[in-house]
Amino acid sequence: MKTYFQYPFLIGMIFLFAFLIYLYVRWYTKLSKYDKVRFRKFWGTKKVWKAIYDSINDGLLHASIFKKNPVLGYMHMSLAFGWFLLIVIGHLEVVVATGGLNFPFYYAIFFRYFEPVHATTIAKIFAAVMDFLLLFILVGVALAITKRFYKKIFGMKHTTKLKPLDKVALYSLWAIFPLRLFAESCSAAVYQNGSFLTNTTGAWLGNIANSPVIYQGSWWLYSFALCFFFIALPFSRYMHIPTEIYYIFLRNAGIKTKKTWESYAQIQLYSCSRCGVCLDACQLYDAGISDVQSVYFLQFIRNKEDAEKPLFGCLICGRCQVECPVHLNLNDLRTALRIKASKPLTFSYSYTQKPEQQSADTIYFAGCMTHLTPGTKKSMAKIFDYVGEKVWFMDEDKSICCGRPLMLAGQYDSAAQLIEKNTELIKESGAKNLILSCPYCYKVFKEDYILPDINIKFHANYIKELIDQKKLPDSKLNITAIYHDPCELGRGMNIYQEPRDVIEHYSHRIPLQKSKDKDQALCCGAGLGGINLTGDAKNAMTHNAMTYFDKFNPDVLVTACPLCKKTFVSDRRIEVLDIAELVVKAIEQPNELKALPHREKSYAIS
Amino acid sequence: MKKIAVIGGGVAGLEVSKQLLEANIPVTLIEQSSKIGGNIKNYAYLFPDFYNAEELLNSYHYLITDPNLQLLLNTEVAKIDFSKKTYNILTKDGISVPADAIVIATGYNTFDARLKEEFGYGIYENVITSVQLEQMFKNKEIKTPSGKIPERIGFIHCVGSRDAKVGNTYCSRLCCVTAIKQAIETKKFLPSAEIFCFYIDLRMYGLLFEDLYLSAQRDYNIQFVRGRLSEASEMLDKRILIKVEDTLIGKPLQMSADMIVLMVGMEASDFSKQFKYHNGLEVNEHGFFNPINPHNLRNLTSKDGIFLAGTAIGPMSVGETLDHARGTALSVLSFINAN
Ligand SMILES: Cc1cc2nc3c(=O)[nH]c(=O)nc-3n(C[C@H](O)[C@H](O)[C@H](O)COP(=O)(O)OP(=O)(O)OC[C@H]3O[C@@H](n4cnc5c(N)ncnc54)[C@H](O)[C@@H]3O)c2cc1C
Ligand code: SF4
Ligand code: SF4
Ligand code: SF4
Ligand code: SF4
Repeated sequence: MKTYFQYPFLIGMIFLFAFLIYLYVRWYTKLSKYDKVRFRKFWGTKKVWKAIYDSINDGLLHASIFKKNPVLGYMHMSLAFGWFLLIVIGHLEVVVATGGLNFPFYYAIFFRYFEPVHATTIAKIFAAVMDFLLLFILVGVALAITKRFYKKIFGMKHTTKLKPLDKVALYSLWAIFPLRLFAESCSAAVYQNGSFLTNTTGAWLGNIANSPVIYQGSWWLYSFALCFFFIALPFSRYMHIPTEIYYIFLRNAGIKTKKTWESYAQIQLYSCSRCGVCLDACQLYDAGISDVQSVYFLQFIRNKEDAEKPLFGCLICGRCQVECPVHLNLNDLRTALRIKASKPLTFSYSYTQKPEQQSADTIYFAGCMTHLTPGTKKSMAKIFDYVGEKVWFMDEDKSICCGRPLMLAGQYDSAAQLIEKNTELIKESGAKNLILSCPYCYKVFKEDYILPDINIKFHANYIKELIDQKKLPDSKLNITAIYHDPCELGRGMNIYQEPRDVIEHYSHRIPLQKSKDKDQALCCGAGLGGINLTGDAKNAMTHNAMTYFDKFNPDVLVTACPLCKKTFVSDRRIEVLDIAELVVKAIEQPNELKALPHREKSYAIS
Repeated sequence: MKKIAVIGGGVAGLEVSKQLLEANIPVTLIEQSSKIGGNIKNYAYLFPDFYNAEELLNSYHYLITDPNLQLLLNTEVAKIDFSKKTYNILTKDGISVPADAIVIATGYNTFDARLKEEFGYGIYENVITSVQLEQMFKNKEIKTPSGKIPERIGFIHCVGSRDAKVGNTYCSRLCCVTAIKQAIETKKFLPSAEIFCFYIDLRMYGLLFEDLYLSAQRDYNIQFVRGRLSEASEMLDKRILIKVEDTLIGKPLQMSADMIVLMVGMEASDFSKQFKYHNGLEVNEHGFFNPINPHNLRNLTSKDGIFLAGTAIGPMSVGETLDHARGTALSVLSFINAN
């Protein structure tokens, strides 16, 4: 008998495949020359196995979401992995039943229709497995529907907003599996070819299923649901499923996000699953801002809407990036887009006054922000003095900015001019070491300057080296300290341990909870990235972070970033020190117990 | 007889006490430091007429011997227990003072200039505050710590005021005229010194203040530069290099000075700031006590029998403080009569 109901499915499927192939090829051709080589070479290497592992782990099993939120993880896993198994085992079932590979590829999808009667034991086992998988997925679908209406059950504060095509895809996805259940139940009612699930539901249907309209209709509906889903998929959030796998392979090939917005960035844009995990990570929520978070920002860009606000209204603190289960480079994506979205500044930096060239083994570059915290500057000078290090304080009175603030504002070309000037000065000095006390400077010197012969060190690491070399004394202060990981240093440059070692060497460090420490550390609220943020929002973040620290009742709050320091100081509740100042305090006054200048007196009130 | 307590022995607290004692009402005056007088005991001469601050304070000294005054010095009030009809003032040392009416005259703190780290106070020895300069006037000697007579002095306005970065967005009102007063006094001390004032705008709100400003320019050759200090750094010879954007000519300006004086603003006292975090009394976003309204109920709080006097409600000059304190004394008297 000739059937036609498979055509909607076929049309959808062919459209989807054609579209995906077109996109995959287009994205590939738009990769840079070097990235193409990287990607081609990658296939011969062991990294492929890692990519396959990651694809299964993240793409199918959604292990990262699982770890963060088991219910949400089950939901994603049942849909992705469950459906995957349903397809694979479904095809296996057909191979076993027909004894060969000679069947159209849609055959397995509608197998219960085409091969209605099977009485062998093997067929029964297959039927049971397939029923189980269907049930597994249906529970996931039920969870997904519940989540849309009662997001609290999932322990999430926020869910994402939907666009019309997202809705088509979403509702057809919700419909696919209940409709499959319905169609297979009809078959089961007529032919008793199902198992524990479809036989039971088939029995409920009883005679209704015998009506050809209902029977045929149920398979038509199922096919249409698939068709709608496949056609809507490339234009909906579900595009992340095929894109994520592609992204995983490119990522494992060692491709990095660029400063310019290009193909790899575009692929990441489409890889966002809109799981919403980034929403809960963002402290701006508690400051009353709920439309700049990464998921919205990516959505705005995909929908080509005006993204000015989410693009420039975020701190680029990176808390969400750490949490993102798809491992998107959210900070880099924002920076690249800012560069793309900014009109280049037209003024020239020729007016900058170069400091007098000097030669030296070691250079100290304070940066414009350390100039605003002269306590740190002076402490560094004292440390250099103490250990007898001869240092050229490169930007002591005439200074050229490192360029990072401009870069964060999207002004890449202007930044490049400054980078060039500093590079020249550093190279001509013949220095071997460059020491920095601002994490923003440190990041840009490490990542954007080309200084191959120079050892670029962050001051905390430099101090740690001096301690290890026994050049600095062991004189522990009798004070308790909390260490605040600056965003740019921790999440930005992966430096966590050295500052802790230094602090523990000179004071008693109070550890924070894991959820607010290291890569999950709170942002102070003043990150240079927060270009369009209001003062109120920043203050609210600072206040919330300080309220958290204050609970531990520390004598001092130690940080390693001039910006964090200045920000936290304004709250007044805890004395704030840069790590270099702590060290100098310990060297100079080992016996002084507590000196708390900024601390606001607290009174217990009834 | 109703028990009346006044917290804070600055001019506000002294004036309220004086008025009540004159009406034969016994008063307990509680002061945390070892002397009465509050902030002005650190100042030499007062604007707008260079009146001697010590003389003003001496006019209150006779109160100390008044048998109706119970003066508790070195006694810091920690909290007030509002739970009973007769309130209970609890001090840091555990003393409790019952009172039917309490006047809060805890005044202000000057801004801790170390918080504005880029100006280098506490880091560079030639950066001082306006309060330290007053001390120099009292000692009749203006010198840098290394004993040098300063030849060029910069007065930096708005330190810790009108500055969201340190959390204070309000204007402290008195520091502009104080800067001019101090600039003139400095010039009288050191006639050959060059004196600069760096300001955002000049807030000469009082009747005679503008005259003082004119006289500073005309008679004392004090130079006014409109621009906010962005940062100060120390030069090898310990002089201070200041970077300012001169907003009148629109150019960045660098200048060295032998000494810079930070015009520190007025902040709420610790006693009032605590109410930002604890319930009990209403304070505004800046931490100063909030009277019921700023017009006709400027001395009252929403708690019956709790009154406010002086700079505890916000920056005021001495004269304004005393007027306010007299108003508070009247409110206390009518409270006593009504009960
Ligand atoms: C630099 C500077 C210069 C100034 N120069 C002038 C001038 O020239 N002319 C002029 O008119 N005005 C001047 N002023 C303003 C003047 O200082 C005030 O108007 C005046 O001091 C206000 O007095 P007060 O009693 O309200 O507060 P305060 O003087 O602050 O007195 C408050 C008192 O309460 C005490 N206290 C606080 N908390 C507690 C507690 N918990 N327990 C017990 N006691 C407590 C304090 O120790 C203090 O003694 C100047 C201000 C500044 C900052
Ligand atoms: S950016 Fe990452 S965390 Fe946020 S919704 Fe997309 S995939 Fe989820
Ligand atoms: S980078 Fe920070 S501020 Fe920006 S969206 Fe992510 S968590 Fe929020
Ligand atoms: S971060 Fe540091 S502040 Fe700054 S010089 Fe580099 S930048 Fe300019
Ligand atoms: S009075 Fe003058 S110096 Fe003081 S805060 Fe206001 S504007 Fe600034």
